[in-house]
Amino acid sequence: MSPLAALLSPAHLLAANGLVLPHVNYTAIMPELILLGGMLLLLGISAVSPRHLPTQVYATATAGIGIASLIASLVLWHDVQKGGPFSAVARAVDIDGFATLVLVLCSCVVILGAFFAAGFLEREQVQGVEYYALALISASGAMLMGSANDLILVFLGLEILSIPLYVMAGLDQRRAASGEAAMKYFLLGAFSSAVFVYGIALTYGATGSTNLASIGSFLAQNVVVSNGVLLGGLALLLVGFGFKVAAVPFHMWTPDVYAGSPTPAVGFMAAVAKIGAFGALLRVLFSTFPTLRTSWQPILWALAILTLLLGALVAVVQRDVKRMLAYSSINHAGFILLGVQAGTSRGAEASLYYLFVYSVLVLGTFGVVAVVGGRGDEGHGIERYRGLAHRRPLLAGSMAVLLLAQAGAPFTTGFFSKLYVIEASIAAHSYALATVAMLSAAIATFFYLRLVFAMFGERAGRQASVAVPVAPAGAGAPGGAAGQFPPVGTLPAGPAVASAAGVLTLERAAGLVDPGRAEAAAVADDDAGPVVADADLQVSPWVWVGLALCVGTTVVLGIWPSPLVDFARHATLLF
Amino acid sequence: MIHAAFLIPLFPLVGFAVLAPFGRKLGRPLAGWLATAMVAASFVVTVLVFAGLFQRPPADRSFTQHFFTWLSVDHLHVGVGVLVDPLSMTMASFITGVSALIHLYSIGYMEHDEQFPKFFVYLNLFVFSMLMLVLGDNFIVSFFGWEGVGVCSFFLISFWFDRPAAASAGKKAMIYNRIGDAGFLLAIFLVFERTGSVTYTTVFARLGQVGTPSLVAIALLFFLGAAGKSAQIPLYPWLADAMEGPTPVSALIHAATMVTAGVYLMTRINPILHLAPDAAHVVAWVGAGTALLAATIATSQDDIKKVLAYSTVSQLGFMFMAVGVGAYVAAIFLMLTHAFYKALLFLGAGSVIHAMDDEQDLKKMGALAKVMPVTAVTFLIAWLSIAGIPPFSGFWSKGDVLENAWTLTPALWAVGAAAAVLTGYYMGREYALVFLGRRRWVERRPVAAAGPAHGAVPVDADPGAGGARGTASTGSERHHGEEGLHPHDPRWVMRLPLLVLAVLAVFGGFINLPFHPSFVFLERWLDPVVGASLLNHHYSTGQQWAFALVDAAIAVTGAGSAYLLWRRRSDRPELEPRFLAMAWFIDWSFDHLIARPSTALASFTAAVVEGRVIDRAVDGTAGLVRSSGRVLRRIQNGYVRSYALGLVAGVVAIVAFVLSRAGV
Repeated sequence: MSPLAALLSPAHLLAANGLVLPHVNYTAIMPELILLGGMLLLLGISAVSPRHLPTQVYATATAGIGIASLIASLVLWHDVQKGGPFSAVARAVDIDGFATLVLVLCSCVVILGAFFAAGFLEREQVQGVEYYALALISASGAMLMGSANDLILVFLGLEILSIPLYVMAGLDQRRAASGEAAMKYFLLGAFSSAVFVYGIALTYGATGSTNLASIGSFLAQNVVVSNGVLLGGLALLLVGFGFKVAAVPFHMWTPDVYAGSPTPAVGFMAAVAKIGAFGALLRVLFSTFPTLRTSWQPILWALAILTLLLGALVAVVQRDVKRMLAYSSINHAGFILLGVQAGTSRGAEASLYYLFVYSVLVLGTFGVVAVVGGRGDEGHGIERYRGLAHRRPLLAGSMAVLLLAQAGAPFTTGFFSKLYVIEASIAAHSYALATVAMLSAAIATFFYLRLVFAMFGERAGRQASVAVPVAPAGAGAPGGAAGQFPPVGTLPAGPAVASAAGVLTLERAAGLVDPGRAEAAAVADDDAGPVVADADLQVSPWVWVGLALCVGTTVVLGIWPSPLVDFARHATLLF
Repeated sequence: MIHAAFLIPLFPLVGFAVLAPFGRKLGRPLAGWLATAMVAASFVVTVLVFAGLFQRPPADRSFTQHFFTWLSVDHLHVGVGVLVDPLSMTMASFITGVSALIHLYSIGYMEHDEQFPKFFVYLNLFVFSMLMLVLGDNFIVSFFGWEGVGVCSFFLISFWFDRPAAASAGKKAMIYNRIGDAGFLLAIFLVFERTGSVTYTTVFARLGQVGTPSLVAIALLFFLGAAGKSAQIPLYPWLADAMEGPTPVSALIHAATMVTAGVYLMTRINPILHLAPDAAHVVAWVGAGTALLAATIATSQDDIKKVLAYSTVSQLGFMFMAVGVGAYVAAIFLMLTHAFYKALLFLGAGSVIHAMDDEQDLKKMGALAKVMPVTAVTFLIAWLSIAGIPPFSGFWSKGDVLENAWTLTPALWAVGAAAAVLTGYYMGREYALVFLGRRRWVERRPVAAAGPAHGAVPVDADPGAGGARGTASTGSERHHGEEGLHPHDPRWVMRLPLLVLAVLAVFGGFINLPFHPSFVFLERWLDPVVGASLLNHHYSTGQQWAFALVDAAIAVTGAGSAYLLWRRRSDRPELEPRFLAMAWFIDWSFDHLIARPSTALASFTAAVVEGRVIDRAVDGTAGLVRSSGRVLRRIQNGYVRSYALGLVAGVVAIVAFVLSRAGV
């Protein structure tokens, strides 16, 4: 054998460098494989099909792929509960309860995301497979992050998660804002990835490994006296995660990207990015760096307080619903950080539960926003929502449930999610943080309720401006279709009147409307705000299915929370 | 069979869940029939569970069916489950039974109402909430039901919310109940603080570790809640106004079931009351006072439903009197019989109102016995029953209460006896004014100049889909011939409940006959729940006969005097003094001393404090938010470079922090 041939022979190459191809346990990465394989299948179909297939075909296929990966994830869950956790693929992937819960969660997000996207893409007449392919890739990245046991794999997952999201942000080529959002997201994302990789490098330098378990046991057995490099690495890792979950002060891309991106993509990216990033963050902090708890807890404490307060306060002054929800998602990130900061298994459990709840809520909420936005995806001012309950009771009712759940109303999952993170925080003696969280929840209630009041309080059109003083005429007769919807629509006149007046007072309190000009503003709003034609508010059956799933989960699990709580508890038993 | 207990509240819940979104599609009679079927199914299950429980040995007649844990924080565990025991099953069986009858009645009564399906949505939700209240195995589930029935009561009082009186009556009920609910909540907090649990069985097992002052406080706070819900002094005025709701609602919620929830609550916490006799005596005296006060007011009311409302307040007072002296069985016994005859009275009144084309003034009725024989006879039975004429059910139950009151102190008995005399009197007055005397409704109304569209519409005819909103706003529950009245008995869906309830009102007393220990079925049945705290007394047969004779004399005095005084005359100003017609000016004083000053205070604070202080503070805050918004906007300026700068600032801050802690 000639030296050249020997050099070119891969076997020789590997042997010479001491590299061994790891044994790949395909069961362990089955959900990711299903998503990626499904994605390839979709691309293949679209390439060979002679004409454009309708978007519903792809949506159905995507939902099917999601269900397949959900089943695979549940099989893994079953295996883990029976046979215990295991590592695979050269210990780079760790399949335990925690990882499988993240897998389940990502699969659910894929399914729900497909439903909401289908309605939107159909209305906007965006043909093609790209959105679904990107969503599948991105979700597989989040799955990798949740099950990664190696910093390199965490980083890979992060990039697989992020790059499709950048593209999805810019998918609506007709709107300049969409392209702008993609560019901003990409530039800042690249920046934060660089910081993250530097963090990995420093950590490797300090500990000699990138494997999370190895680092953990190294730190448990050795005391690093000169720990500047290690701590610096940890800090930069936290920055990288902080960017992905939109923690203040790494949040600034969020409002611009959320406002510019196609609306269903926002719901998807908010859910999937938070799942991936928080999943990896929890694992890194809890299983790798528990010994450095005293160092990372104060950082997270500060991040959580800033995130909670800024998210809630700035959301109050927004008039664009998508921007408002962007700040609300920042606020939610603060709540999830609460559970992480606690540093206990209870905190991890609460954070996981919160992630689950938040994903469902945010997908559903943006699903409705996408519908109300109307053709062109431009109508996101709050005036679009005025009187929505009178025109679209079921849509407005679903939105109200989702918003109330985000605010943490009892008998919804949102109540328990907030309750459990705060409980974990108090159990960890972070009283100040828990107090700030409760205050921020109170502030946040304001802007959720403002939207609910706008939907249920006033009718759109001219009579709304006079309906404030003489309300019974307008508000007193929800006897139309609105009268039959249970949560809010069945209220007699009193509350409706109160809410109509309440909106004005609240808006005034928030400084949105100058006290003297409140009336003028109300009139101006109605003159300026286009009365949304019903024809423009088409709700496709896909969206109904998605909404039914979201609202159903929120309410049923809010009344009967044990299954999901137990699920999260079992997932974090290892911590 | 007893393990089917979970089905009892489930049926009405399913009815609600189906009717809420689809009721309008189901339409007019169908929605009502579905709701009725659900409650009837619930009743059947209740009877089966009841029978299953009955077959068990007495010591084994209590078990908890745990569904799931709702909330689990620290050592607070709130489960959702039902406590099946003789008390809860007694409550559940009469609630579902009476509810089913009133649902059926409502199909006829509400047949012309525009919001027919919505009415049954609320009714089913009400029954579900009421069942959760009585079946719940802990204070939180009961409180959930407690609030649920409160909300339904609010919705149903304000059902015709385009009438200002109905809207404000709903508000009034809500506010009075808020006061009571605050007491209930504080009591739960205190219970949890002292015993570390909210589950009935656990709490009662741990009462030994609670000091007497705490027990008195807990009992009184619970009584505050009960007083709000069951309209006791001083929280009773809302119940009179609650008569603005449709009559079936008055019968179901404001007579038979919801208002007795307070009595149920006090009976449920009998172990606490037993250990806090001071609180129990307060309950007894407040109950006696309410019984007498409301009875006096009822003698001078002109509204057919207001008389019944004050009568309900008075009867609830009797029940609390019984609870306060430790006669829990007597309280439940009176509650059961009262549910029968008072629901019957309300449904009879509803038939009269229905037949009189929404007239509620007693002075404009009269001589209806000839044209409405079924209503008249059933109403007569109810009157004799509530008056306590033997052998009707009220004789046995009220006699039981009075006998127990005597055991505590004869003074309490005297107050109760006075109220009992008045009971026979005011109800006899109502009967006489409605069914006897002259036909005052003939001269009442000149022949209306009715348009051709308002010809004599037969009772069963559908008035058509349109235009009913306008009539509803003038208070008309239905369309009737305008050219003179032709009152008559209602159709069978309304008549059947009257007859069933009449039978129960006659024979209901036989579940607890005092003559021999083997006849006191109810007492033996409830023994596992209340036996330990029951007031013990032993009267010889002779003494019992004496009690019975005095009771009968009281009843005959009241009822007889009313018959003699009101049989022919409808106008006796000397017997209807203004201060009684105005309800002792108590509501008026509440209005002038509390409601108006607080409204004035609210207006003042709105104008001055809000305008000068809060607005400035809010404006200041808003200014702060806005200026911080400006600062933030300078950062959130849309330029990526600024965002990257912010990111770097964060990196620097965090790295600086960790390096300051690093050992280098």
